[in-house]
Amino acid sequence: MEFFKIRRDIPFMRHALAFNVISLVTFLLAVGFLALRGLNFSIEFTGGTVLEVSYANAADVEKIRNTLEKKEYHDFSVQNFGSSRDVLIRMPLKPGQESAALSRSVMEALSADDGSATLKRVEFVGPQVGRELAENGALALLITSLGIVIYLAFRFEWKFGVAAIIANLHDVVIILGFFAFFQWEFSLPVLAAILAILGYSVNESVVVADRIRENFRKMRKASVTHIIDNAITSTMSRTIITHGCTQAAVLAMLLFGGAALHYFAVALTIGILFGIYSSVLVMSPLVRWLGVRREDLVKPVRERKDEAVV
Amino acid sequence: MNRYPLWTYIVVALAVVLGLLYTLPNFFGEAPAVQVSSAKATLKVDAAVLARVEEALKRSDIQPTGLFQDLNGIKVRLANTDTQLKAKDVIAQALNPDPQNPSYTVALNLLSSSPAWLTAIHALPMYLGLDLRGGVHFLLQVDMKAALTKRLDSLVGDIRTQLRDKNIRHTGIARESSGVIVRFRDEETRAKARKVIEDQLPDLQLSDSGDGAEYRLTGVIKPEAQKRTQEFALKQNIQTLHNRINELGVAEPVIQQQGADRVVVQLPGVQDTAKAKEILGRTATLEIRMVDEENMNAGALAAAAQGQVPFGSEYYVERNGQPLLVRKQVVLTGDRLTDAQPGFDNQTQEPAVHLTLDATGARIFRDVTRESIGKRMAILLIEKGKGEVVTAPVIRSEIGGGRVQISGRMTTAEANDTALLLRAGSLAAPMEIVEERTVGPSLGAENIKKGFDSTIYGFLTISAFMIIYYVVFGLFSVVALSTNLLFLVAMLSLLQATLTLPGIAAIALTLGMAIDANVLINERIREELRAGATPQAAIHAGYERAFGTIVDSNITSLIAGLALLIFGSGPVRGFAVVHCLGILTSIFSSVVVSRSLVNLAYGSRRKLERVAIGNTNWK
Repeated sequence: MEFFKIRRDIPFMRHALAFNVISLVTFLLAVGFLALRGLNFSIEFTGGTVLEVSYANAADVEKIRNTLEKKEYHDFSVQNFGSSRDVLIRMPLKPGQESAALSRSVMEALSADDGSATLKRVEFVGPQVGRELAENGALALLITSLGIVIYLAFRFEWKFGVAAIIANLHDVVIILGFFAFFQWEFSLPVLAAILAILGYSVNESVVVADRIRENFRKMRKASVTHIIDNAITSTMSRTIITHGCTQAAVLAMLLFGGAALHYFAVALTIGILFGIYSSVLVMSPLVRWLGVRREDLVKPVRERKDEAVV
Repeated sequence: MNRYPLWTYIVVALAVVLGLLYTLPNFFGEAPAVQVSSAKATLKVDAAVLARVEEALKRSDIQPTGLFQDLNGIKVRLANTDTQLKAKDVIAQALNPDPQNPSYTVALNLLSSSPAWLTAIHALPMYLGLDLRGGVHFLLQVDMKAALTKRLDSLVGDIRTQLRDKNIRHTGIARESSGVIVRFRDEETRAKARKVIEDQLPDLQLSDSGDGAEYRLTGVIKPEAQKRTQEFALKQNIQTLHNRINELGVAEPVIQQQGADRVVVQLPGVQDTAKAKEILGRTATLEIRMVDEENMNAGALAAAAQGQVPFGSEYYVERNGQPLLVRKQVVLTGDRLTDAQPGFDNQTQEPAVHLTLDATGARIFRDVTRESIGKRMAILLIEKGKGEVVTAPVIRSEIGGGRVQISGRMTTAEANDTALLLRAGSLAAPMEIVEERTVGPSLGAENIKKGFDSTIYGFLTISAFMIIYYVVFGLFSVVALSTNLLFLVAMLSLLQATLTLPGIAAIALTLGMAIDANVLINERIREELRAGATPQAAIHAGYERAFGTIVDSNITSLIAGLALLIFGSGPVRGFAVVHCLGILTSIFSSVVVSRSLVNLAYGSRRKLERVAIGNTNWK
């Protein structure tokens, strides 16, 4: 079987401007949503208490809300979680509030309404821990970006490092933009997914960069544009198949992983889809605009033999 | 050209065999068990206890399927949950004659039912995190400021005592927020005092200040002494938590330091958070009371043993079995105790415990001892609402200075344990819960199932696609991917890294990413074939050329994984561990293992006309 019988190089670079405009627009939209709506941080970052309560029959969210309001709780949220029988209750931090006392009094109130209410999970995070998590997350993102730029600069050329990281950070911002637009909950696993995607999408850029370097050696007469077009075209089937396989694994998670892994899988899905686009069609034009030349990648003839490259 | 030397095949075969071996324990499931551990710091679980457990089980005709002792205590494996409950009762009865005051913790637990020879080579099932097995997780923050304040308080007392001993007159000692200020009338006295304090209390950094009318000496705790105080506070709090958690009867509690001022407490299987919190937060203390000398005669003691205790007294039995009547009136509580260290008596060289009291405590103690020379005083440890007489020495002279020594009839080990017990009786500094996670057991089981399902369905989809698209090479890729899964599970089992739900997600994701290497290789081989290379040359070139790309792309993934591992906590860390391990195993399996298969299948054929890797005949 063969999906990609592409006989001629596709002139990607001719449309480079269009791709860059698309990227820029999505990027700006994402930044706009982030600025306007902000991320819906989970209590892991903001601090607070989350209770997961399970009922024997479909839970009446409205009734739960009323019960809690009667108990003088404010600013909480109640929603179904995974199934109609499970609800998730989020409580903000209150100074001097003991989490044990809180979960107990909430459960007492809910059990009085419906005897089948059972507490499945409680999570409490203090304000200090939340701030630290947010700081550490940002730090991890920074270190990963720097690490990747340095590695690619060392392995290829600084232009590839810079282009790859711009392309992939643009992915990260777009994922964040989705989370801001839909107000999906941004939790620690989502952060992990974003960083994993950052490392993974760079693979794409590496594969294309490897091919560009190889083409510079093999196609000595070709123009830079032609070389980049050929590199993208010849790695395209691999790109799509690999991403398809990874997406299959993520899709299984999305379908069977339950509510706990839902947003993790969602973040990965967006990341994979935009990863294909950005690491190929954003990175390559950037590299060209940064002015990549044959001399940047092809070392003098003597050294060439030793390197095994795709 | 597509042949591996024999040793490569041997290495691959060996890796697979080891992988199978260390993955094996995960398939045996868990058997009900009873675990016995010590509930008191002074009691050790040893062979004698093992014999008692064995005998108790024999007496009630319970046949354990396994009985052994390890670092955590004694474990008894049983056939089913009915005998497990019965065995627990029987063992608890045999070991704890007084159920109100248990010496041993007897808890229900689950033990891997993998055969003993697997356990002997350290092949254990994966260690499941709390989100998969259910339980409580707390992160406690120690209030270090309070620990330092406490230390300053005791230093104030020390300075007062020292100056009085040396007859140096001061006009006042006060504790400020960050240090101690001593006031003097003239400069000469201040210089004298400074010398004394510098000699006796090296922890203080002293400086002179003050105007013409008043001469002040300010002492702050030196940074290294501060650090020592904080480390000590943390250690003591961890010890206290250990003692308290023993009471809960948790099978495998985790109590660990995290960072400079935090403690993680994980209690697998515990559902009652309220109870757990109450126990963690409660203070056990030391009490010093006087022995009721008037009623210490044989008749009154015998009556007290029967329950007729004289008014205002309580009946206790000392460690050495001596009965004792102790007054209810408390002379001193553990709040006044700032330190307890094991050591030796200066004169007799007997093992002893040195107690340090704070200023108020020292004064009370001096007054009481002066009035009660020749009488006995009892030192009690009030734990779990019940008291135990640690020792009841005779007061031989007035004891001032807040330094008290307990000695007599003690071994070095006992002195160590007693000091620990006294220290651990109370928290060195208050703690606050800054993070809490409780997961019910049903949710844990659900999480395992969901994680497992996602992995399997993802794996099956990828496998089906690879075999249809790349035919025989697809099959090789799938076998390589399976060995990747095998190695990953084996590594996780071997390292006993905690597997969490994000960890399972990382397994699924790693499989989806690892196939990238094989896709790269297979695509490259097809391309070479299309360009007219012979099958053998195409296979060779495909693997050789793809290798550099595979290493590059995995290293970038690994950079992200390591950043997550370093900066992540909780669920992110669980994800990062598996992700990083998965990247490492995937390089080996997708390159070396799949190449071995290809080489075995095609490498030895002289005339290889075509290979089954899908359609490459289009131009």
